[in-house]
Amino acid sequence: MDRTEIEAKLTDLLVDELGIERDDITTDAKFEEDLDVDSLGVVELLMALEDNFGVKIPDEEAEQITTVGEAVDLVELKLNA
Amino acid sequence: MSHVALVTGGSRGIGKAIAMRLAGDGHSVAVNYKANATAADEVVDAIIGAGGAAIAFQADVGSGEAVTAMFGEIEERLGRVAILVNNAGITRDDLLLRMSPDAWDDVIQTNLRSVYLCTRAAMRGMLRLKWGRIISVSSVSGISGNPGQANYAASKAAIIGFSKSVAREIGSRSITVNVVAPGFIETDMTEHLGSDVAEEVVRRVALGRLGKPEEIAAAVGYLASDDAAYVTGQTLVVDGGLAL
Repeated sequence: MDRTEIEAKLTDLLVDELGIERDDITTDAKFEEDLDVDSLGVVELLMALEDNFGVKIPDEEAEQITTVGEAVDLVELKLNA
Repeated sequence: MSHVALVTGGSRGIGKAIAMRLAGDGHSVAVNYKANATAADEVVDAIIGAGGAAIAFQADVGSGEAVTAMFGEIEERLGRVAILVNNAGITRDDLLLRMSPDAWDDVIQTNLRSVYLCTRAAMRGMLRLKWGRIISVSSVSGISGNPGQANYAASKAAIIGFSKSVAREIGSRSITVNVVAPGFIETDMTEHLGSDVAEEVVRRVALGRLGKPEEIAAAVGYLASDDAAYVTGQTLVVDGGLAL
């Protein structure tokens, strides 16, 4: 799966699971500040990433994620590991 | 609506009554036990005999590894836990002056650490389900105190603060977190009280008798139901009017 596909799938998850407006989603968008996702929402998103991409994201790594781009980076890294 | 329910310490006493009740309400029940496999199997057989669904799972719920393994096994065999009943508990009573650090640690580990471990493990599944019921069994000892039970009362009071905090954390996801605080109930745990102590207790109970495990299970059944969808962070005291 390439980066564009990961981005597209992540965007769908953000829209479907967390009810975020598609137009607000950019690579630099911060979950908590820009997208109004609370800390529990970030945890839910990471669980959705695990389910949908079949990757395992340890809590320590999950805590580092603040933007959409970083989430894509992490999934890409895990898929290629 | 039928869900998967886990009752810790579900092989005896109040836990057994809760397992039977939830099964009777149509839920599939994971009956957790620590040591008494025979008792747990009897509960499972009774549930299946009554047309319900249940499986026994051995685990020391005070141990993180055991809890993780148990939740994995339950998810595989029954599905995601949507109703968690933190019931496992022990007493090691003594006057504080004579209470050993071991007696303190054992009770805190089994009664309180287990609540933290199981609730955390269950939350992931509940967030995915976007529905959940977490019900922990406290005690009137944790509310009024009881001589000889400083360790037990501390663990049972802590469960109340824990539940209120978690209720605030995950309320927005339709997951409720509540506590049932039994008074004196007829179980193995209270059987060793002498008859003179039992008589004294009964004198203090407004309803004039000890409670039955089924009466605690009924409160848990309510909190687990859709009728209690708007109840969270609460402690329902079921003690016959002891701690008034």
